[in-house]
Parts: sequence; structure tokens; C-alpha cells
Amino acid sequence: MSPLPASRRGWLKAAGASVLGLVLAGCDKIAESPKVVNVLASAEGLSRRVQRLLQSRRSLAPEFSEAAISSDFRANGSTNPQDADYLTLVAGNFADWRLVVDGLVDQPLSLTMAQVRALPSRTQITRHDCVEGWSSIAKWSGARLAPLLALAKLKPSARYIVFHCADTLDPNAPGDHGKYYESFDMIDAMHPQTILAYDMNGAPLGVPHGAPLRLRAERHLGYKQAKYILRIEAVATLDQISGGKGGFWPDRGYEWYAGI
Amino acid sequence: MTDQALPLNPSPPQGASPPRDLKPPGAVPRPHKILVRRHSLAVRLTHWVNVISLLFLLLSGLQIFNAHPALYWGAKSTFAIPWLAMGASEHNGMLVGETVIGPLHFNTTGLFGASKVHGAWQARGFPAWLTIPSERYLALGRRWHFFFAWLFAINGFIYLATGLISGHLKRDLTPTLDQLRPRHVWHEIVEHARLRFPMGEEARRYNVLQKGAYAGVALVVLPLMVLTGMTMSPSLDASFPVLLQVFGGRQSARSIHFICANLIVAFVVVHLIMVVISGLWNNLRSMITGRYAIEVEDPKEIQA
Repeated sequence: MSPLPASRRGWLKAAGASVLGLVLAGCDKIAESPKVVNVLASAEGLSRRVQRLLQSRRSLAPEFSEAAISSDFRANGSTNPQDADYLTLVAGNFADWRLVVDGLVDQPLSLTMAQVRALPSRTQITRHDCVEGWSSIAKWSGARLAPLLALAKLKPSARYIVFHCADTLDPNAPGDHGKYYESFDMIDAMHPQTILAYDMNGAPLGVPHGAPLRLRAERHLGYKQAKYILRIEAVATLDQISGGKGGFWPDRGYEWYAGI
Repeated sequence: MTDQALPLNPSPPQGASPPRDLKPPGAVPRPHKILVRRHSLAVRLTHWVNVISLLFLLLSGLQIFNAHPALYWGAKSTFAIPWLAMGASEHNGMLVGETVIGPLHFNTTGLFGASKVHGAWQARGFPAWLTIPSERYLALGRRWHFFFAWLFAINGFIYLATGLISGHLKRDLTPTLDQLRPRHVWHEIVEHARLRFPMGEEARRYNVLQKGAYAGVALVVLPLMVLTGMTMSPSLDASFPVLLQVFGGRQSARSIHFICANLIVAFVVVHLIMVVISGLWNNLRSMITGRYAIEVEDPKEIQA
């Protein structure tokens, strides 16, 4: 058989490519249809329930030796926020920074960094697992969240703790929906390894890693570890906050329960 | 359903070699086809649920891999020295895809590292036609992956439980002592290489190569997929730190997960080829209705 003339070969290639394109477009239509995604999303509740069933509430994420610390810990998401308020804080070396604790609490707080550093603390060398698939290890020191919440006297109606951040990760989102935020329920908020970290590897947190204060909740993926924290709010439901799914990435399709 | 033998198509197939493991030709046996029960309902159902789950797990898994197309050994990522990576670089305005495996570098433009999406070149690990969805969309890839991961794990549990209770694992997948004799194993390899498959009584059971392949996949590789998948969950690592010890850390678990996925793809390719050349319709029927045709000299001699 003689080879096809170049033009016909080109036509066949183009035809093949467009058939493949149509098939892919059809697949994507199914893969992304809201009904299908809703069914698929039911797996998140199953994962959360089964993982919670299998674990003790206080089971600790693995901790490592100093030797295991990564020399190449990757900074992801916002690494240099350009929000005006945050730039002012950076310019003042965070002297005017305050941590606000409010919402469903009997004793709202506004703490200086010195006051945060005076709170009951914990140091842990843990693995940070990015949802993309990579892992890095670092030593974190910070205020344990549980005693801080006790200080603020949570109301019984409080079911979630929301972490409001200084950085805008999606400048195109309407209103303040582009601001980063995250949330946990009480099981993870009260976990002994859930800390508000101010030191990384023995030095104050740098801007790429969330200065001056970031969350570490070690049984969850990286996007739950909110950086640049300004305010901690106790709430009964997550529906009214930003996109309503409990976090910047959950509002964009990622699981709120990120233990998997 | 009963185990009665149904005579069918008494004429011998043309071009077929004489049946092995039968009495030497003397009385000129008349081969008959009979249908025997091969696969139980549990095996058939779990097989097809597996087919669907593994297909979606593979395609969504490649989407997840594409979010960070590099693999490492140990607990953490050593970003500068992955043992496997798919990357893209620009040369004279053209995107070049490169796959690195240890010290080896391959130009894989168009397939791995850089490929066309809707006519435009893009840096991506696996190409758009191999991922769910085709565009880069990690969140949706994870939704697909974990839904079918649950289906796959539950299905696998049902398979193993029913296989243990019914004796399927012991009877059908465990090689007998006589099958394990080196001479017999070598004989089977040679016969397979010649594409001559067991007939007659021997065709009633899996040969030693089939048993090895099926047991290796069902009892080793597929369970490894579940366990290494679990090891990548930070929450399960807190509950079962032993997983990290067994697999040598989370990044090792991710690497083993990827290698096992490749082994499954290789198994499926060989499996499909063997299914086609050893009798597509007979094999398909046996995995749908449970009935498999074998040739025997005289159907009356066969004990049900």
C-alpha cells in the first residue's frame, strides 16, 4: 500500500483529533455535571465518618526527628500577599498585629504577639502534605488552640472555628470571597497537635509561610493550614461565610474534610 | 443452576491442535464441546465492578498525579532529586516534554511532560485524553478518585470474603503441588509462548501461569493499591502509623501506588490479549453467564 498523500494524511489526523476532541468534550460534560459531582461528593462524608470511627480523637500525627526536617520546604498558595492592610503590618514588623477571637464566645479577645507567645504552647516536627501530592517536614512552635478557646469561653452553640486570613488568593472573586479562610469542627480544633504556629524551625515565621501566625492541624492536608491569621471566629454554621463551604478551597470544589 | 454438561458443536474446530492431556489417539476420539460452570456469581459481579472502578481510578489517578508529576522515596519530597518526573521546558519557543527516570532522560513531547490540549501546547504530566476531567482540575479528579476508591475497596472486600468462604481462592487461584513442578511451569511457559492453551480436562482449571497472574493481582497488587492509598491520608497515618513503617514513608507509598497502577495496566493489557486469542466469546460468556466451553472426548465420561 502506498503511503497516503500528505494532504489526506493531514485530513485524517485532523479528523482523528476532532473525533477525540468530541469524545473528550462529551466525557468532560458528564465528569463535570453538577448531578454527577453531587453523587461523587457523597464519598467525602463516608471518608470523614469512617476515618473518625477508626481514630481516637487524640491520636497524634507522626512526629519526626530534627534530622528529618526538610531543607527545601515549599511555600504554596499565597507566598507574598499584596493586600494593603497586610503590607502595612509587614512594614511595621507586625508590631500593630492583633489576633482577634470572637463570634460565639463569652470573652472576646484581642491579643498581641507577646500575649500569644505567652499562651500554653507546643513544639512539633511534622509532615506537611500538600493536596498536590508532595510532602515537606518542619518544626513548628505555637500556641495550642484548645487553651486559647477556653480562655475565650466558647458558647455551647459554637460548632466550628473559622480562621480568617489577611491574604487575597483570588483577586477576581466578588466582594471578599477571594480572601483566604479555613475552618475546623471541634474535634480537630481541640486536638493536642492543633496549634497557632509563630515559629518555624526555631525562627519566627517568614512571610512565604504565613507570618506572623499560621495554623497547624496535623491530621489534615496543606490547604487546611491557614496562613496570615488575623481573626478566629466561633460559629454555629459555615453557610453564611464567604462561599459557604467552610474554606477558600472547599468553596472551589475541594473537600472540607481533608484528612484524605 | 446445575452442573450438567451440555453437548454442543460436536465437530472439531479447524486448525486446532489435538487436545493435550488426553489418551493417545488410538480409538480416534470424537471431541465434544461441553459447557462447564467456571465463574460463580460473586466472581462475575466483583469482576465487572472492578473493571469499572479501576478504569475511573486510573484516569482520575493520572489527573491527581499531574498536580505534582514527580515521585520520591521516603517520608518527604526531595524536590531536586525525584526518582521519576515529567517536566516541560521551552526550546526555541517550542514546549519540550521530558520524562526522567533515575539517571535516564527521555524526550516524551506530545505524550508525557508536554502535550496538546484543544490544539494548544501545555505543560502537563499525562495527556488530556488520559485524565478525568481532560483539563487540569485536581479537585474534581479527587472527587472521582475517592468515590471509586470506596466502590473498589468494598468490592474487593466482598471478593476476598466470598472467595475465602466458597473456597474459590484456594481452589482456583492457589497452584497445586503438581502445577508447581519446575518442568511443568516451563512446559506451560513454552506452550503459552506458542499460543497453545490447555484443552480438555486441563482446561477445567486455571493453569499455573493464570493462577500466578490472577493471585498476584487479586491478592498482592490490588490490596497494595488500597494500603498505599490509605498511607497517603494524613488522618489514617495518625490512626495507623504502622502503615508508614511498612511502606517507608508517605512519599514511598505514593511511589508504590504509582508503580502498582502501572503493574495493573500491564496486567490488563496482557489479560485482554490472552482473552482475545484464547477465545473471546467463550471467555466473555464465562465471565457473564458463568459457563465456559471445553472440549472432551465423550461428554458421558465427564463427571459433573
